[in-house]
Amino acid sequence: MAKRIDVKDLDIYYGKFKAVEGVTMTVEPRSVTAFIGPSGCGKSTVLRTLNRMHEVIPGGHVDGKVLLDDQDLYAPNMDPVAVRRMIGMVFQRPNPFPTMSIRDNVAAGLKLNGMKNKKQLDEVVEKSLKGANLWNEVKDRLDKPGAGLSGGQQQRLCIARAIAVSPQVLLMDEPCSALDPISTLAIEDLIHELKDKYTVVIVTHNMQQAARVADNTAFFNLAATGKPGKLVEMNTTQKMFNNPDEKATEDYISGRFG
Amino acid sequence: MSTLDTAGGASAATTRSEYASGDLGGKSAGREIKNQIARIVVWGCFLIACVPLVWILGSALVKGGHMLLSPDWWSHSQAGITARRVGGGAVHAIQGSLIQALVTALISVPIGVMTAVYLVEYGRGKLARAVSFMVDILTGVPSIVAALFVYAVWVTTFGFQRVAFAVCLALMLLMVPTIVRSTEEMLKLVPNELREASYALGVPKWKTIFKIVLPTAFSGIVTGILLGLARVMGETAPLLILGPYTKNIATNLFSGNMATLPTMIDRDRTEALQPAIDRVWGAALTLILIILILNLLGRLVAHFSKVRN
Repeated sequence: MAKRIDVKDLDIYYGKFKAVEGVTMTVEPRSVTAFIGPSGCGKSTVLRTLNRMHEVIPGGHVDGKVLLDDQDLYAPNMDPVAVRRMIGMVFQRPNPFPTMSIRDNVAAGLKLNGMKNKKQLDEVVEKSLKGANLWNEVKDRLDKPGAGLSGGQQQRLCIARAIAVSPQVLLMDEPCSALDPISTLAIEDLIHELKDKYTVVIVTHNMQQAARVADNTAFFNLAATGKPGKLVEMNTTQKMFNNPDEKATEDYISGRFG
Repeated sequence: MSTLDTAGGASAATTRSEYASGDLGGKSAGREIKNQIARIVVWGCFLIACVPLVWILGSALVKGGHMLLSPDWWSHSQAGITARRVGGGAVHAIQGSLIQALVTALISVPIGVMTAVYLVEYGRGKLARAVSFMVDILTGVPSIVAALFVYAVWVTTFGFQRVAFAVCLALMLLMVPTIVRSTEEMLKLVPNELREASYALGVPKWKTIFKIVLPTAFSGIVTGILLGLARVMGETAPLLILGPYTKNIATNLFSGNMATLPTMIDRDRTEALQPAIDRVWGAALTLILIILILNLLGRLVAHFSKVRN
């Protein structure tokens, strides 16, 4: 199920402004890769190019290649909608659909893409909620609105919604930044389980979180405000936190700047 | 409770002694007076604003209330009833007003909602700005200008008769911009995160709009439509110019005359006889009631919507 991502010489633009420059990296399948770096360095922007969500923003476009198991996601004949079905995403703030019940939220991706078989949908809902460690908490109130859950539960609901369409890759944009420590722990445990099946990429501001969940870590930085962000270093998390190659990485991780 | 109070009192006492150096003594008399003046002014303005409202409602109720109590009012037309005779009802005018409002809404809602969807979800650049500008201009068009425009096209250019459908066209010109504006506001309130969440599931944009964005904004859109409808039902200029009155019940939009409450008021107003004057107030009160019900419906929809915060 999981696929690998190769990024080659990626430049990312907002209109004429070059936000990120020259990113080349490999995201290994069935592993967790963390993106760290100071605010504004473009790590979320890079994440959003991986499933072509970047171009949803007016003026957003890229130069370079993103390969999903050798398939170019930015090839002219590639449909962004199809890319997003393969590469799911979880956002910073939990965003369940407010008009839908818990069940419908999880089934949304399949239902909106035309699946009607109710039995099959129910199976997927149960499987996804179990996969997101939420099933036991909500199984008796699947018809209640998703917005009625707590923040941490809502975020797990969003993860369940993302994995319900069985993506190859799961992107997470600071999934715990709006959550309390206990909910954060629940999500981190979940990320550990998810990497058995999926390729997970997570953006985080929390270095301890990167150290706890990620197998590999990429450090992004920008030279100055207004200059494009760059990938400074990418390595196994252990090496990044103990013995990084770059001085900038060491400074950032040890808290000397950023 | 009392133990809690003393504990609170003790801590308050320490805080007070800490502040004792600054002068906290009593309320200042000047501020007290200013406060009183401001209060009187605010209440005065509120009461003045209420006077015409209460007056209108009161007069309509006192002078027209008894008309609405007669069952004939709700079941008979004015067919064959002269100005000096008591009796008959307003069913022809009520029905006409409702039919025209319904047809106007049926034309205006799809156009208005879709225009708003275009402006919020798709519109970029010159075309969108032009559309938005046009809607602004249309919002400011006086109803009599809309009526004359339709008259010029419908009657003068095409040579058709003055019929109910022409009234609906003029009312549509007035209703579409209000629907566009209210729907636009509601669509803008839908958080972008919901659209992104839907895109991230591999849902195409048009489906995201129809299945996520519009349902999320549904109650607000419906409220806006009902308020727009209430406004349009009270419009009179297009009716006077394009919708001649009749005392009979009429349902044909494309031929013959169709009565409405405003034209009924206008007709009976010109008769200086008590039965006609009673009917004027009766029709006025009926119109107020219908608009009130529409407003209440709008509020109910908003209240019972699925989206709650």
